[in-house]
Order: sequence, then structure tokens, then C-alpha cells
Amino acid sequence: MSSPQEQHIATYREEASELLAELETSLLELEENPQDNDLINRVFRAMHTIKGSGAMFGFDDIARFTHEVETVFDQVRNGKMQVTRCLLDLTLQARDQITAMLDASAGGPPADEANGQRIIEGLQQLLPQATQLKAEPVVSSPPKSSEAEIARTYRIRFKPLPEIMLGGTNPISLLNELRDLGACEVMAHLDAIPSLEQMIPEHCYLYWDIILTTSRGIEAIKDVFIFVEDDCDLTIDLIDDGNVPDADASYKKLGDILVERGDLSPVEMQKILSMQKRFGEILVEQGLVPASKVQSALMEQQQIKQARQERTATAAPAAAEAALSIRVPAERLDHLVNLVGELVTVQAHLTQIAGNRHDNEISAVAEEVERLISELRDTTLNMRMLPIGSTFSKFKRLVRDLSAELGKEIDLETTGADTELDKTVIEKLNDPLVHLLRNSIDHGIEMPETRKAAGKSAKGIVHLAAEHSGDSVLVTIRDDGAGLNKEAIRAKAVERGLITSSTEMTDKEIYNLIFAPGFSTAQKVTSVSGRGVGMDVVKKAIEALRGTIDINSTPGKGSLITLKIPLTLAIIETLLVRIDQSYFVLPLTMVEECIELTRADVQATHGRHLAHVRGELTPYINLRDEFEITTSRPDIEQIVILSVAGKRIGFVVDDVVGEHQTVIKTLGKLYRDVRGISGATILGDGTVALILDPGLLVQSVAMIEQEQFG
Amino acid sequence: MSVSTITETVQYLTFKLADEIFALDVAKVREILEFTTITKVPQTPEFMRGVINLRGSVVPVIDMRLKFGMSATEQTINTCIIVVEVTLDGDTTILGALADSVQEVVEMEPEQIEAAPHIGTRLNTEFIKGMGKHEEHFVMILDIDKVFSEQEMAALQTSGTQE
Repeated sequence: MSSPQEQHIATYREEASELLAELETSLLELEENPQDNDLINRVFRAMHTIKGSGAMFGFDDIARFTHEVETVFDQVRNGKMQVTRCLLDLTLQARDQITAMLDASAGGPPADEANGQRIIEGLQQLLPQATQLKAEPVVSSPPKSSEAEIARTYRIRFKPLPEIMLGGTNPISLLNELRDLGACEVMAHLDAIPSLEQMIPEHCYLYWDIILTTSRGIEAIKDVFIFVEDDCDLTIDLIDDGNVPDADASYKKLGDILVERGDLSPVEMQKILSMQKRFGEILVEQGLVPASKVQSALMEQQQIKQARQERTATAAPAAAEAALSIRVPAERLDHLVNLVGELVTVQAHLTQIAGNRHDNEISAVAEEVERLISELRDTTLNMRMLPIGSTFSKFKRLVRDLSAELGKEIDLETTGADTELDKTVIEKLNDPLVHLLRNSIDHGIEMPETRKAAGKSAKGIVHLAAEHSGDSVLVTIRDDGAGLNKEAIRAKAVERGLITSSTEMTDKEIYNLIFAPGFSTAQKVTSVSGRGVGMDVVKKAIEALRGTIDINSTPGKGSLITLKIPLTLAIIETLLVRIDQSYFVLPLTMVEECIELTRADVQATHGRHLAHVRGELTPYINLRDEFEITTSRPDIEQIVILSVAGKRIGFVVDDVVGEHQTVIKTLGKLYRDVRGISGATILGDGTVALILDPGLLVQSVAMIEQEQFG
Repeated sequence: MSVSTITETVQYLTFKLADEIFALDVAKVREILEFTTITKVPQTPEFMRGVINLRGSVVPVIDMRLKFGMSATEQTINTCIIVVEVTLDGDTTILGALADSVQEVVEMEPEQIEAAPHIGTRLNTEFIKGMGKHEEHFVMILDIDKVFSEQEMAALQTSGTQE
């Protein structure tokens, strides 16, 4: 990322992938509403921008390829061609091809050129049929298109800022692009060039007047300059709207043109003109044109001027609106989040000091700081929030392609696409969701005939939903397929030695077996599943996000997979506890209640790790024993009861300190294999507290007990 | 790593573990801290003393004496934590290494450094880049990346959890 040119290329890549994503969404929507002109325009615009900026930054192959696709969509846009399934298939493939080309330019594997050629040929085959149809649907073609065909002449003054070349833009390529639009006269102005001593070689001192006659409309011209809008003074004027009969070949007077171009000030012209009689006056004097006619011509002048002024006035607010959102590199946001994290730590320290001082003034300041920082924290974390919908729309394509491949009919329904999640979480959620969806499509939904035989509609439905639930987001994948086959899972688990044939299990426990490593019930390996990635990988990925996964199924009715994902990975609310001199934090969302544990209680249960909580037996884990902390235990210990995977489990500690806002720090590579501890955090006084992962702790304790007694 | 890889004059930070003098390439050393409270991470081997708060980052601390088969480091007024940058599995990681005391920074010419003898050091020769001679003392120059290599850590970690 050294030179500006490289930066621009990186920006292009980023923008192109966004545009490609948008293109995909639009195409899929277009499949449902083939008549929607807005969608067709969106597709066209996306393609046009990919092409235009691609050519500008040296992605010539992409530009060439996209041009072919764009040509076809131009026909669609002009109403000369219908949107067909075949066209959409090819366009989607073309989109993938562009993605491949883009990846190739970033050092990925080279794109398959033959494939690209095939797509283009396919698209071109669609074209002639369309041109044959050309004659009949004239009525349906919008008036816009006929308007666009008239050749108009524009005067463009392109005056780049001197620094334009530093940004990697080559003005010549812009001019060449204009030449491609139609007949074009370019005149360079040299008067701004400074003397040699003052000249900075990287600066551009030239500016150009371009007279362009094109049928592509003013938008096409603006598109050429779309990336340099901010780096130049650009004026585009329609000087011949093509409707004027050719007989009137004479044009504006020299003086008017010069003034319009700004080369001659109106005052100067007025001065010179005052030396001679005005044209109109001469006309009237000579009796060639009546005064009223001259007046009306003047009126026309006035009106056009006014209309133009109004146009510029309405354009201004639109530009202001565009400036309301800014593109910020993710790493800068990450840095900000880190800083806020530090601030939270410092603030905790301040609050602690203020608490010890009994000084009202300091306490007041500390409270104010606390309030501000918690607001700052929420705002900062919010900035990283993105709607999960961007991921959902990618899945539409996945479902479409997969169901076609497998010969199944499947609809993907999504709800809650606007649910917001931390950017990092969304990114890490992508692969597990892809895997779960593939599973639902491959194993869940049956073939159309089977479905009909079972009295269901031939079309299967996969429902993907996201919703907020406290400080977590629930993502659910529901299908109306066959549901999980309990017997098959059980048999497989026995075969794999995961359980013995005599193990008694609830339905839910059986379902959860599919998350065990190396488990796959698919009868045959298809291209969809059986890639060696099992559900255990999905589970691990979700747990890495500090989330949980839960599965439920009704035979014949379908399955429901629920992912519970924390909103953010950076800062969480926790309960701070102490054992001897060590501090630990537990996720507050899991905490149900805290009770006391006395020595008498322990004796009453004969040393077994079970506590009576309002008549209910609650098993507990003694963290002091677990962590081999050897100092003597206090007479009264505390049990923090957490809800772990739906069960109440107690964790015995010396003391419960209180709620704590925890800024999560990783423990690094050295400690990544430590089970039950997911990270560390820094307390107000600078000491380090460890973040416990109750789910994994329970698992490892269960494992050890099984080894001992099982 | 052999002594032949040492071809230029390099500055080394010397420090003591018990009575022996060891050295580290200065380029690997980030800073030297006074001994602070170390938070032990449960279920880890003894030589992994725990983690410290280094200006807001959590940094693991290794007891080099335990790592080299000596008795555990005891806290004295001279006890230091040498913060080093180690390449672990291709990534740079920050680690703290406990030392009884830090001595000085010395320059050593390649000819002052000999290959470590295969026997007699009572240390894994893998860890030693070479033996330097400085003011009539032998200085063991450590290959810190090897000392903290993934394998080393993993091997000891499993043996630690079995205890």
C-alpha cells in the first residue's frame, strides 16, 4: 500500500466486490420481478461502474469482459430484450467470472478465460433474437430510450486540480474515454502552465475544452468523470440538443461562446458590444424581425437560464446527502475500539480511587466520566455494527445454485436481515452458516417426488432468521424437510465409538451427537456435503465466537438450528469473582443467582458436589480445586449459579466482587490450548483477571469424571 | 542454528540465571521491566508463570530457570522481566522472560563466539546459538525463537497438564 496508485487499485477492488455483491442481489431479485425497471437499471449501473473504473485502473480484461455483458443489459434496459432465466444464469456466471478475474489480479489463481469466452458467446447468442423482436415491442419501450438515441452536443470544460495525477488518475485516459462516446474535439489550454522554475513535475497544469457529440446522454459523460468529481472543476453544458433542425447550422455568436466558457467576462463583452448596436436592435431597426419576436427570444434565454439554476440548486442537497456517510478503514475502527477499551480500564481505576478518597468533587467527576465513557463505548461499538443482511443475500445465490445442482426445489426465506452484529462476528459467522445451509439443503429437504408423497408441497422452504435477544443475536435456520433421523445418528455414533449401544440418551442428546468430531450421516458423498468438514467444525467456530449452537428436530416436519451469538467480541458485561488472590470473570448473561456455601452444607451432602437450592439439586464445580489453588478455603464460600447449555450449574468461589465491564484481551498463542479460559482482562488496579468459559469448564470436568468413574 | 550464522558484530544483552551468564540478541529485546505481580493461568505447566499487564496488553511470562531445569526464580530486588519478541509459528509474539538480574549490553565479534559443545552444557544445544567469551566469562548466547518454539511449548504443556 505504498503508492497512491496502489491504494486506488485496492479501493477499486473493494468497491468492485461491493458492486458485485449488489449485482448478485439485484439479479436474484430480478429473477422474481423480471419487469422491474429499477432493478434492471441497478444491474446496468453496477456493471457500468465496474467497467468504467476497471478501465481507469488498468483492469482492462475486466473492463472488456464487463463491456460485453453490459451491452446485453443495455438492450434489456432499452426494452429490446426480455429478462429470461437463461440471461440471468449467464449474467450470474459472468459475475462469478468477474470475481475470479478480480481475485486473479490480487494474486489469486488465474481466471478461466475459456469460461469467460463461453459466457460471452452465450450472451451474444441471446442478442440477435432480441434484435428480431425489436420491431414489435416499441410500445413497451420507455420514452427514455428513444430520447437517449438522439445525438446531442455537449461542451465540457474539464479543469483538473493540479494534484490530480498524484491520486493515480491519468487525464489522458479520461479524454480517451470521452472519444469512445462519440465525435469529439479536444482543445487543451496551456495558459495555466507556470514558468519552468515554478513547475512541479507531478502536477497537471493543463485544462481542456471538449466538444462532444454523443447519443449516450449526459449521464454517460458524467460517468467518465465519476472518480475525479472531487478533483476537478467540471462543467458540462448541452449546447445542441439535437432537436434543432440542421438547416439552422449557424451557432451562437463568438462573444456568447467566449462568455459562456468564461474566457471573456460579461463586462468586457458588454463594453465591446456597447461600441456596436445590439443584434436585436439592428434587426428591429432594419424591420427584419418585429420587436415582439426579439422579446420572446430573450424570454427563452431567460427561462433556460432559470431552469438551469434550479437544476444546480436541487443537485446541491443531493451531494450533501452523499457526504453523510464516510468510508473508514476497518483497522482504524478496531484501533478506536481498542482505545475505548483502554479508557474503560482507566475509568475503572479512577472510580476505584474516587471510592477510596471520600472526596465529593472527585466522586462527581468520576461519575461523570463513567457516564460519558459508557456512552462512548456504546457508540464506538455501534459503529462496527453491520446488518446481517449482507450475508443473507449471498446465501440466496448459494441456495439457488445448490438446489438446481441437486434437482430440488427450494426457496430461501429470510427475516431480520436488518439485525445488526459486530463486523468481525458477521465475517466469522459466514462459513458456519454456509455449512449449516448446505446441510439443510442436502440432508434436510427431500426430493420433490418424496415431498409430494409425504403430502408436502414440492417446493421446500429454508427459513433463515436473525433477531435480537438481550445482548445476543439468535440466528435460526429452519427447514421443512425430513428432520433428523434419530436411529441413523445413534447407529452411526455407536459405529464410530462415540457412545455404546446401551447408552441412554434424550432426543436432544442424540441430535447433539452430530456435532461430535468425524460425524457425518450422509449416505453418499456429494459435492455439497462430505468435504471433510463436519458439524464439529461449525460448533467450534460458533464457540470461538462465544456463541452456542442448539438443534431441534421433528421427524417428517423438519429441523431447527439455533445459533446464539454475542453482539460483540470486544467488551462484555461480566461478574467479577475472587479465589484467594486470583480474580476471574464470568459472563453476566449466564449468571442466574449467587448463594452461600457453608462447611455444614458440604458436610450435609457428604462432600459430593451438589447443593440444595430451594429443593432442587444443583451440581457445582469447585473452582479452587479445579485450578489447584492450595491456600485454605474460607468458612463461607459462594456458589455462582450459571445456566450452562440449559442446565443450572454452580461455580464455587471465595467471594463475589460485583459486576464488571470486561474488555477482552486474548491470552495469545501460548495459552490457546488452555480449556475453560477464553481470555483475560485488566482490572481497575492493573491486575489481570481471567475470563472463564463456563461451557468448556463443565465439559472438561465432565470428561475427567467420566475417565475416573466411567 | 549454528555458530556459522553469526557473521557480524552484534550487540547482546547479558543476564544472569542463578550464577550463569546468558545473552540475547538485543534486536529481540523490546524492554526490561521490574518484577510485577504475575497472574497464574490455571492448568498450565509450572514454567509458564502466568500473565502480566503490560500497559494494557496481556503478556505471558516464562520462568527461564524452570525452563532450563533449574529451581524456580525467586523474587529479589534484581529480578527482571525481559520482554522479548519471539517468532512463534510464523507470527511475532511478545513474551516476558524472568531473569535473576540483567547485566549489560555488550558487543561481540563473530570470532569471539564459538559453537556450543555437544555435551557438557547440560542444556538442549538447540537453544544455544553459540558460546561467547566476554571478560574471562563464558556467555551462552540463546536462540530465543528456539527456546520458545511452538513444539517446545506444546511438549511441555502436555507434560504439565498430566501432573
